[in-house]
Amino acid sequence: MSSVLYDVPGPAARARNRTFGIVGVAALVALLGFIVWRFAEAGAFSARMWEWITYINIQYLLLDALWNTVRAFLVAAVLSLLFGAVFAAGRLSDHKWISGPSTVIVELFRAVPLLILIFILYYGLSQGAGIDISAFWAVVLGLMLYNGSVLAEVFRAGINAVPRGQREAAYALGLRKTGVMTNVLLPQAVRSMLPTILSQLVVVLKDTALGFIILYPELLYQARFLGSQNQLGAPILQVAIVIAIIYIGLCLILTGISNLVEKRLTRGPKATKPADPADDLKVDVPVR
Amino acid sequence: MNVLLDNLGVFVDGFTGTLSLFVVAAIGSLILGTVIAGMRVSPVPVLRVFGSAYVTILRNTPLTLVLFFFAFAYPRLELVDLSFFTLASIGLTVYTAAFVCEVVRSGINTVPVGQAEASRALGFTFTQTLGQVVLPQAMRATVPPMTNVQIALLKNTTIASGFAVVNAGGIYATLSELGYNVLVGLLWVALIFVLLVMPLTYLQRRLDARWSPSR
Repeated sequence: MSSVLYDVPGPAARARNRTFGIVGVAALVALLGFIVWRFAEAGAFSARMWEWITYINIQYLLLDALWNTVRAFLVAAVLSLLFGAVFAAGRLSDHKWISGPSTVIVELFRAVPLLILIFILYYGLSQGAGIDISAFWAVVLGLMLYNGSVLAEVFRAGINAVPRGQREAAYALGLRKTGVMTNVLLPQAVRSMLPTILSQLVVVLKDTALGFIILYPELLYQARFLGSQNQLGAPILQVAIVIAIIYIGLCLILTGISNLVEKRLTRGPKATKPADPADDLKVDVPVR
Repeated sequence: MNVLLDNLGVFVDGFTGTLSLFVVAAIGSLILGTVIAGMRVSPVPVLRVFGSAYVTILRNTPLTLVLFFFAFAYPRLELVDLSFFTLASIGLTVYTAAFVCEVVRSGINTVPVGQAEASRALGFTFTQTLGQVVLPQAMRATVPPMTNVQIALLKNTTIASGFAVVNAGGIYATLSELGYNVLVGLLWVALIFVLLVMPLTYLQRRLDARWSPSR
């Protein structure tokens, strides 16, 4: 699509593009060079500042932190999928007394910042109600409430996007409500929802980093800890770089899986396409 | 109610911090994101590569890590001395711009191909095609997802409270020092956020109803 915005470049345009390209690369290299130079000035590349990563204990510490991050992600992902499924079913219910409260809960948890939810679970409940929740569960439950609500909306939109005839035909064949949902609507909806669900899971993974603020010992927390150790030379820049690579790597793996799934789904028999052209715009709505 | 009324000053300060971060980062990210979206569809290959690399990296980095970098690592570089507020605004802008870019790009994709082809036939350059024909039409279709991105930004500003920026996320700490009930305080904060998000959602519906392209 992007190629229709400009003509196939002729000789003059090619020369101009080349100039722009060279200027762009030069500017980029200059910027990166400047940053690297500042890093070097600050002693970021001296062997002393990288010494920390050679200690076996610190490597174990990092692995432990990585496990804590992944553990929180896995539990939170499963719980938010469950939460999402339950509340999507609740919102789609024909009974007002179920769909009403479900709608309120979903809308409420979507509007409150995740960090505030985590604070309520971690500080609020222990002080106000005497319920003590560990940092791990505060992070996991916070993630579940927020991402579960977002996923509930995704599920609901996916099921509503299945053409109406499918539902009507199923009812006409004499299926009950549950049968229509599980045998007809869900299998078709899941196909169209899967990429969005997976990209929401990337959000869950990213948000485990919030645990840092309530001192859950995940990657970022250990980064802060290592970076302030004076006997290691306080290598916070170096630790931050390593942690960033780990996080981006983890998220890229998940994003890669989601792209792969999307490709496979579009290759097979057509997934239910939303009829409304405005829905083409669904950029897997990057909530957060 | 006491917790709110007794500490009105704390709440006002906190939410002033949140809203000023939001306004600065919202304007910044809209501009930066649109520029990067322009790069991603531009005829210059280098800029396209830079644009996609930027979006890929930033979309896959936790915001906490971005702010962590600006708060702890940046001062070590000994460049210009910036306040935590400025650093947090830069961090939020840089992060949100990646999402704005994606929204603008998908908006560009909703504009019928004929529009761009017609402007090329009229001899418009790339900048003219994008700036005068495609983007104005694309903007209309991007209202709902763009509002979602900005609502997410409003909520994300609370994360900056973990890095010594005065805002709504830090209200609980002040209340805790003063000996008030933290749970009640936090529930008030949550309620105020719900009230702040509601007009944005309302605006989204109104603008969408008025502007959405009827194709």
